[in-house]
Amino acid sequence: MGGLVALSLVLITLYFREPQEGPLHAARSAGALAVKPFQVGAERVVRPFRDLYGYAAGLLQAKSEADRLRAEVERLRQEATQYRTAFEENKTLRTYVDFKAPRAFPNDYRPVFAAVLAYPPSAFEQQVVIAAGSDSGIELNDPVVSPDGLVGRITNVTPGTAQVTLLTDRSSSVAAIDLDHNASGLILGRGPDNGLVLDNVEKRYVVEPGDEIVTEGTQRGKWPSLYPRGIRIGTVSFVNQTSSEIFKRIQVEPAVDFGALRAVVVLVPRDRE
Amino acid sequence: MTAALDALKIGVVVFAAAVVQVSVVAPAQVLGGTADLLLVTLVAVALLRGAAVGATAGFFGGLVADLATWETLGLTSLLLTIAGYWIGRYGETTGRDRAHAPLLSVVVVTILHALGSILLHTVLGTPVSVGYALGTTLLPTIVLNVLLTVPVYALCRRLLPPLERPDRAREVNLLG
Repeated sequence: MGGLVALSLVLITLYFREPQEGPLHAARSAGALAVKPFQVGAERVVRPFRDLYGYAAGLLQAKSEADRLRAEVERLRQEATQYRTAFEENKTLRTYVDFKAPRAFPNDYRPVFAAVLAYPPSAFEQQVVIAAGSDSGIELNDPVVSPDGLVGRITNVTPGTAQVTLLTDRSSSVAAIDLDHNASGLILGRGPDNGLVLDNVEKRYVVEPGDEIVTEGTQRGKWPSLYPRGIRIGTVSFVNQTSSEIFKRIQVEPAVDFGALRAVVVLVPRDRE
Repeated sequence: MTAALDALKIGVVVFAAAVVQVSVVAPAQVLGGTADLLLVTLVAVALLRGAAVGATAGFFGGLVADLATWETLGLTSLLLTIAGYWIGRYGETTGRDRAHAPLLSVVVVTILHALGSILLHTVLGTPVSVGYALGTTLLPTIVLNVLLTVPVYALCRRLLPPLERPDRAREVNLLG
């Protein structure tokens, strides 16, 4: 027993002291990858029962739900009319007071389409090189997207090329929001195999597998807002929480297949030009 | 051969409990608490097989849980190693042949596990809410774990029938 306790303490100490690229972190990533099929299997075994429960519970509630929804549709119709009027008023008033609104995606950005020229040399690097640079108006920290969602940001630029650091890089952090439950947090990259983590989400918020995560477009603490609101990041694949931690542990399956990137779109703010 | 088969069965049971815990049980919150299938399984294994097996099963199960949840490597292992050893010792001595031993062990070990987890996370600098952990989630977690204990212990007992223990302390016979 003493040996196992000592081994655990050694693991904790080494894990904390070594850098992210250290052998223990690599071993943990490999171990997590090995365990993942079993996790997926367990989730798949349970899913029919969960769905059945959801279906049965849904049937029981269907009648009252239908009545409630009818009333809600009526209320929302009235609200929509009011909002449409308010929206037009808002547009007019903004022009009167010269209101400074944040850039909106996609209208306030000019897309620069670029092919991917070079892929990461190893699993430890999470950068690609693209065939467009400062000649096309690209600057450092410009957001990069694909038709599927957020890819990353520009971290190096030359006249004809630019380096894109992918969302899965360990240095990446993006303020994000759960569209289904309105819980906001911080998306952190965890390397190519481990996808993304939605961190800093307090346990009082509900987050469920399947929820859609998009960029929040706000500054969170020391992390500046580089990305406009509403760019798709991915869907929640796994939610966990321990009794002693403040935040939930949420894994997010990226919307973009980073291993199959052939071309990207760099968003260049129109007001820069 | 029997010992190897026994070890294999324990390994499979603990591994399955760890995977089911992190994939299926952990996201399901009931009345503010979350059941801990791995801890309950560990209690059953430790009571049935003793301190050494309990500690080893705790280390192994904790390692699997750490890997699967991206927890600090060794953290859950440390907590479950101690829990497995302590419950195993209890099973070998005071709790031997007592029907209430599994339930009592689960209640005590759930509380100690929560306290140990708070302590370790605090030492490691992870944000910890003591009030939430002890005030809001602990009681429902204890209730859920106790509810899980009956079927889990019965299943483990079926898979791992109690061994004959010639090395156990016997009743004391006074001479003379």
